Amino acid sequence: MEVSISVNGTNHSSDVEPRTLLVHYLREDLGLTGTHVGCETGYCGACTVIVDGRAVKSCTMFAVQADGAEVRTVEGAANDAGLHPVQEGFWECHGLQCGYCTPGMIMSSIALLEENDNPSEDEIRHGIEGNLCRCTGYHNIVRSVQYASAKLRGEEPQGASAEVTT
Amino acid sequence: MYPPNFDYVAPASLDEALSALAGADNAKVLSGGMSLIPLMKMRLVRPTTVIDISRIPGLDAITDEGDHIRIGAMVRHAQTATDPLVNEHATALAQAAAATADVQVRNQGTTCGSIAHADLAADQPAAILALGATMVAASVRGTREIPAAEFFVDTLTTTLESDEILTAVKVPKGGKSVYRKLGRRGSDSDYPIAAAAAWVDASYGTISDARIAITGVSSKPYLATTAAQAVVGTDGSSEAIAAAASQATDGVVVLEDLYGTVEYRTHLASVYVQRALEDVLQ
Repeated sequence: MEVSISVNGTNHSSDVEPRTLLVHYLREDLGLTGTHVGCETGYCGACTVIVDGRAVKSCTMFAVQADGAEVRTVEGAANDAGLHPVQEGFWECHGLQCGYCTPGMIMSSIALLEENDNPSEDEIRHGIEGNLCRCTGYHNIVRSVQYASAKLRGEEPQGASAEVTT
Repeated sequence: MYPPNFDYVAPASLDEALSALAGADNAKVLSGGMSLIPLMKMRLVRPTTVIDISRIPGLDAITDEGDHIRIGAMVRHAQTATDPLVNEHATALAQAAAATADVQVRNQGTTCGSIAHADLAADQPAAILALGATMVAASVRGTREIPAAEFFVDTLTTTLESDEILTAVKVPKGGKSVYRKLGRRGSDSDYPIAAAAAWVDASYGTISDARIAITGVSSKPYLATTAAQAVVGTDGSSEAIAAAASQATDGVVVLEDLYGTVEYRTHLASVYVQRALEDVLQ
């Protein structure tokens, strides 16, 4: 089937089998391997991308469902000016250990902050509830999102030494 | 993990979708796909045709129809959870939507899809049973309405015919409702180990009508009729609530799995009926 999908601002027209999952389309047809394949059952969130402004799990969506959609992946997060504030937060606050969950965590966090630029710690934890980190590095991931939130609001972000309350 | 291949159609109108469904041998209707796609990937279902209804205009609306609200087939959980009409008139359904899975699943999965899928532990069926909602089922043969109480047959089995699409759910206005659950691993959003939705009409002090529905406990979400009867005609005293809670699993076979034994689930069903009633009567 012919699909036309915008990925990180570039239009791609491709012929895909209906059963092609969006994550495989991104990784194998377009070579965008930043989006990871984790559990493949919709639990882990490593494959999270943003489709028409909504965070979704690209292992549980067919590429044909994204026909005509605008997809954003971790490759589109940074721009010429540098890292996205969320990426910078993960860098500054040690928000990753093995890094496997990181692309999904970053895309979920970007979607969260686009909806609410000043989330509470509780809102951050609920916002990334669909993303599992098997290194269990959640404290630093929350700090990373708080860093990005402050930066996006024009405040001075707190680095790795900041205490997570509660 | 790929499913077997299938023919994919994305009709632009409901009529086209209904014709495609009527004309196909082994078709499944795809809305958000949060249950269907994992089932296809695990090859537990192998449809030869998948009919994606997401491109049909108008199915993603929640509308005020006077004495009821109407939630279309493509309304996603995230929309149901935050919609002012649902929060006002179908609080239990809004709470069930907010307590379903995680952000990404709520962004993609649909309220009607969850109802039509009829997982034995899904959140939405309990809410719509307690709310006394009506399912709108369309096929090339016409449209019919099915009361929630007659919709769920067994695990993953409803009274929807194979050529029918659940195009909307209609929730009557009036009364108050809540949904309370315990999710797996103590979460408030994973599949419920046990959950209860309660609806009451107590506009004049005394409870004139009540419905209690329970999910996660038996082979299908069910109306706990005797439990509800225990509070009707009362003023919602703690004794009446306790009497209702003690009858939460009357007449049903309680199932067990690694998240809970029969005894534990029976206990939880009572606890969550009690909490739901206490909340709704506040």
